[in-house]
Amino acid sequence: MTAPRHYLDFERPIADLEAKIEELSRVSESASGGKSFDSELAALRKRVDVLRRDAYAKLDPWQKTQVARHPERPHFMDYVAGLIDEFVELRGDRKFGDDQAIVGGLGRFRGQAVVVMGHEKGWDTTTRLKHNFGMARPEGYRKAVRLMDLAEDFGLPVLTFVDTAGAYPGIGAEERGQAEAIARSTERGLMLGVPMISTVTGEGGSGGAIALAAANKVLILEHSIYSVISPEGAASILWRDGSRAKDAAEQMKITGPDLLKFGIVDRIVSEPPGGAHSDPATAIRSVGDAVAEELKALSDLSAEQLKKQRADRFYAIGKTGIA
Amino acid sequence: MAMAEKPDDPKGARPPAERRERGGWLSRIAPGVRKAFSKKADTPENLWVKCPDTGEMIYRPDLEAALWVTPAGRHMRIGAKLRLGYTFDEGQYETIATPPAADDPLHFSDGRPYGERLASARKATGANDVMSIGFGTIKGCKAVVLVQDFAFMGGSLGMAAGEGFVTAAREAIARGCPLVAFTAAGGARMQEGALSLMQMARTTLAINELKAAQLPYVVVLTDPTTGGVTASYAMLGDVHLAEPGALIGFAGPRVIEQTIRETLPPGFQRSEYLVEKGMVDRVVARSELPDVLGALLSMLMGGKRRAA
Repeated sequence: MTAPRHYLDFERPIADLEAKIEELSRVSESASGGKSFDSELAALRKRVDVLRRDAYAKLDPWQKTQVARHPERPHFMDYVAGLIDEFVELRGDRKFGDDQAIVGGLGRFRGQAVVVMGHEKGWDTTTRLKHNFGMARPEGYRKAVRLMDLAEDFGLPVLTFVDTAGAYPGIGAEERGQAEAIARSTERGLMLGVPMISTVTGEGGSGGAIALAAANKVLILEHSIYSVISPEGAASILWRDGSRAKDAAEQMKITGPDLLKFGIVDRIVSEPPGGAHSDPATAIRSVGDAVAEELKALSDLSAEQLKKQRADRFYAIGKTGIA
Repeated sequence: MAMAEKPDDPKGARPPAERRERGGWLSRIAPGVRKAFSKKADTPENLWVKCPDTGEMIYRPDLEAALWVTPAGRHMRIGAKLRLGYTFDEGQYETIATPPAADDPLHFSDGRPYGERLASARKATGANDVMSIGFGTIKGCKAVVLVQDFAFMGGSLGMAAGEGFVTAAREAIARGCPLVAFTAAGGARMQEGALSLMQMARTTLAINELKAAQLPYVVVLTDPTTGGVTASYAMLGDVHLAEPGALIGFAGPRVIEQTIRETLPPGFQRSEYLVEKGMVDRVVARSELPDVLGALLSMLMGGKRRAA
C-alpha cells in the first residue's frame, strides 16, 4: 500500500508517523556497518496501519465529507478505466454544446454493452477547469438525457457514477434552463425501460446529483455522502456561518447508514481500510462487483417491471425507516 | 440551491409571526397592554399597507379588491386560501385534505428543534404544511388546484409537500381532470435532508402518472420559485405560466453573485426573462389568470386523443 500524499486534518497522527517511517527507512538504507531498523520499521508500519484502520472505522459525517472530496479519491475516469472496456465517449447534447462536467458514452461492463456516464471533477488544474470541477451546466444534463434515450432505444443498461458538489450556479446556466435540464434528466431516469444503476462515488450534491440518480438501485460508497445541500451551504443558511459545516453534516444525516435506513440508497459498498484513495484498484473492483450483482438481479425484468420497481422504490421513501 | 426560510420581502402580504409578536415602546412601558388591545389574528392589523416598490401607502381594502396587486403592478405574495378563492369560479371549491407525513424524520435541530419550527409555522399559517389542494371549476372547466404557500417555512419542499403533490396528481386522475399547480418556494427543506431531495423524483413520478392518464398539468410560477422545486415539478408542466415579476430560477441570485463575483443584470431570473429564454410560455396578470387557465384547460381537454 502506497501512502497517499494528501492528508486530511484528522489524518495528522498518521501523517506524522508515516514521516517518521520514511525518515527511519532512509537512515536504515544508508546505515553502514549492518545496523538495520527492519524490526522497528515493521512495528511502525503495523502501527500506522492500525491507526488508519481505526480512524477510518469511525469517521464522523464531516470527516466522511472530506474523504468523499479527497483529491486522490477515484473519479469517474478511474471507474471507466477500471471497469469499462472499449469505452467510446459520446459528446454533446445536440442542442448547444458539450459539457465535460458530465462524461458519458458506450462501453462494455464485464462483457455487457452499457451506457455509462458520470460527473468528473478533474484531477489537476487543467482538467478541473475542463470539467468545471464536476459542476454541470444544462448541456451536461441534456447530454445525460440524450444518452439515456440512446440506452432505451437499443436496450442497454445505464450505469451512472455520481460525484458532484451540485449543478453550476451561473448566469449562462440559468439562461439556458438549468432547472428544466435537471428536471428532465431526473424524469428520463425514472421513465427508463432499461435497468439503471447509480453509484454515489464521492459527493452526491443536491439536484445536480439526483439528475443522474433516479435509478432502480442506488449504491453509495462507505465514505461518500448524499445530501440536499452541502454542509457548508446549510451552515451558512442556518447559522450564517459556513464554518459550522461539521454541525450541519451531522444534522442532515448524509452518510450511508442513515440513507440506507431511509431507503434513499439500497446498498453501501465497503471501502479499503484507509478509504478508496488509499487503494483505488480494490475500491473500484468492489464497486464493479456490487454493480454487477445489482444488474444481474434486474436482468429478468421487463421494461414495465423496471419502471414499476423504480416508481415503487421512490414512492416508498419516507414511508419506512422513519422513527 | 437557495433554501431561504424567510421571505426576502419582509413586506409581503402576510407578515411573519415574529414581527407581530415583537413589542414596541408600549410593551416596554406597560407590558400586557398591547396584548389586551390586539385584535384577532385574522383581522387586518392595519388598514394601510406600504408598497414595497414605491413606499406609497395603499388602502388595504383597495389592495384586496385588486387581488393584492399594488398600483405599481407588484404581485404580492398571497396564501393558499386567497389563491384558491381567486382561481375557482365564484371562489367556490372543495378542499382536499393533504395526507400527513412524518414530522422531523432526522430529529433536526439548528439550535431550535425543527419540530418546534414546524409547530410555530403551523400556528402562524393555520396550515399543516406548504401544500393546499382544492377541487372546483375554472371558467366551467373542472380542475384540481395545488397551491404552495411561501409563508410556511419559505414554501420549502419536504416530505409533506411531496405527499401533497402526489395526492393532488392522483385526485386529478381519479376525477379525470387537469392539475394546476401554483409554485412558490425557496427550494428543498434542508431540515429533512436527502428525504427532501427525494421529493424531486417522487413529484416527477406523479406528473408522469398524469401524463399516462393524458391529463394536462399546468404550472403557474409565482414569486419566488427556486431551487429543487424549479428543478422538478415547476419545470415539467405541459404549459408554464408565470405571474409578473416573479423570481424564478435554479440557483438563488445571491449564490450566483457569490460564485461569479459579478452583479446580475436587471430583470435576471424574473418571469419576463424566462419567457424570453424559452422556459415560460406567458406572463399572466393575477386578474387574468382564471380566464387564461380556463381557456387552456378546456382546449387541452378537448383534443381528439381524450375523446377516443
